[in-house]
Amino acid sequence: MLHVKNLDAGIEGEQILNGVNLEINAGEVHALMGPNGSGKSTLSSVIAGKEEYEVTSGDVIFEGESFLELDPEERAHKGLFLSFQYPIEIPGVSVTNFIKTAINQNRKAHGREDMPASEMLKLIREKSELLDIDRKFLSRSLNEGFSGGEKKRNEIFQMAMLEPKLAILDETDSGLDIDALRIVANGVNKLRAADKSILVITHYQRLLEYIVPDFVHVMIEGKIVKSGGKELAYELEEKGYDWVKAELTV
Amino acid sequence: MNLKDKLLSSYLAFQEQLDLNDSLSELRDTSIRDFEAHGFPTKKEENWKYTSLNSIVKNDFNLTPAKEDAIEFNDVKKYFIHDIDTYKIVFIDGVYSSYLSETTHDGVDICLLSSALNKSKYKPVIDVYYNKIAQKNSLTSLNTAFAKEGAYIYIPKGKAVSKPIQIIHLATGNEANSMLQPRNLIVAEENSEVQIIERHQSLGSNPVFTNSVTEIYAGKRAMVDYYKIQNDKDEASLIDNTHIDQHDNSEVSVHTFSFGGKLTRNNLNFYQNGEHINSILKGVTIIEGKQHVDHNTLVHHLEPNCESHQDYKGIFDAASTGVFNGKIVVDRIAQKINAYQSNNNILVSDKATINSKPQLEIFADDVRCSHGCTIGQLDEDALFYMRSRGNW
Repeated sequence: MLHVKNLDAGIEGEQILNGVNLEINAGEVHALMGPNGSGKSTLSSVIAGKEEYEVTSGDVIFEGESFLELDPEERAHKGLFLSFQYPIEIPGVSVTNFIKTAINQNRKAHGREDMPASEMLKLIREKSELLDIDRKFLSRSLNEGFSGGEKKRNEIFQMAMLEPKLAILDETDSGLDIDALRIVANGVNKLRAADKSILVITHYQRLLEYIVPDFVHVMIEGKIVKSGGKELAYELEEKGYDWVKAELTV
Repeated sequence: MNLKDKLLSSYLAFQEQLDLNDSLSELRDTSIRDFEAHGFPTKKEENWKYTSLNSIVKNDFNLTPAKEDAIEFNDVKKYFIHDIDTYKIVFIDGVYSSYLSETTHDGVDICLLSSALNKSKYKPVIDVYYNKIAQKNSLTSLNTAFAKEGAYIYIPKGKAVSKPIQIIHLATGNEANSMLQPRNLIVAEENSEVQIIERHQSLGSNPVFTNSVTEIYAGKRAMVDYYKIQNDKDEASLIDNTHIDQHDNSEVSVHTFSFGGKLTRNNLNFYQNGEHINSILKGVTIIEGKQHVDHNTLVHHLEPNCESHQDYKGIFDAASTGVFNGKIVVDRIAQKINAYQSNNNILVSDKATINSKPQLEIFADDVRCSHGCTIGQLDEDALFYMRSRGNW
């Protein structure tokens, strides 16, 4: 589904990613871990098409097609979803209106008509119940004045509505208390399917107890230096990233 | 020869074409003299500081309208609001087009200014209102000197016009650059109600320059709802001079949609000659390229206990430029006035410009006036967030 090949990228002349290789197949859940500043969020931004980042070499292939020349919305239309580490506040646009437009723009890109209002309402009701979201919340301005947890829950709500092929969850666990974490993880798990993939970016092993990954990768200084199964996450929790670093210098 | 000289020299020829008993000949003469004395406004004038007419006045324009071209309704249908039933007063190169129009004399007069100026039946209205509302300035004078045609709308006491009226000025611009000077007179007597949509549209590729004057009289408790659609081609320039005289308890709103044209200047003047009047001015400007839109508004509060609301918003792309100059004058006797003004702008390119200037002249001491102006850019992070969800 996603193939990141020898990717070098940076911002304002400063190189952050140094030859990242990552392959995610349909149905798989991958976790990307690593210390602060190792380039995890840069990788997710580059995959989603944030324009400030410059790719100097390598490629990002999504379902056999290079993503690098596509605009962020085109990538979204092809089935990519990025849950933001810091969701943006957009005053004046309600949660419902935002998601309604997003769904219809995605349908339009595939030559489909707008979703009928009744179907949309049913879907909104279903997905907001799944994430334990109050209906009143949906008429508020997008992310404006939301608590950290509400923002993250709203991200997963949008993901549930859009049903992407590949979802990247960038530190979705930060700012969540244990109950919210469980609800969010539950929402994510409901979307697991043979044709859908998830990349979870996190510092901690905690989230991975709820969203159990098939593969775990460790990123240090812009490079994936170690990969393994879910047990690697436990090992990291126990020994810390210094252990990986030490292993590298050997 | 520059445009001013050309206009002055062609005035004599223009006069000879007119009917000998043209009742306006005296008014035309004084008006052309006023234009001669003042000429086209220049950037040296405070009111024109940010809008230069240089590109227009250096151009050569054909002043005499060409013969009416055969235009099929289907060719121009898109310039009409055609999914609702309306009256239509349509002009092609300044000449009335009867087959595109739908006028009436049934209880109200929705017809041509030329017939109102020439028929004695309309003389009482013309004598009272024509060129009486217009504030004297060189561009309005220029129009008054040459004006022959436009919309004439007279709504007698207590009448509500059953459907909206569209005033559409089409310019073919096929042969040469052309200059048009339409003149509209709208009189809404006591307790009357009317909704009007006005549009100027060029069809050819040659530059068109329109210097339009509209006078609106709103009697006691009259309601006038006016829409200006400015979505012309890149070669077309428009100076719209609209003068509004309001009386007790009347409500007049003017909504201006500026989406096109090369240079658009709106001189929108409200005079509140009564109490409990409400004046509403709204504008949306969305332009790109090198387009220029200038909103120059005046609300003159001459009597107590009135309100005015101004709300102008703009989005400016590429090297486009916008101007908002909103003037509110509150006379000493005009106590208990509520006057609001707001102007919000978004610049979406580094080269776009907006000049925004509130001008408040308040001589009364018991008034509430507020004004606000914002200029901002789109937040890159917010844009990326929206786009990453496929919203574009």
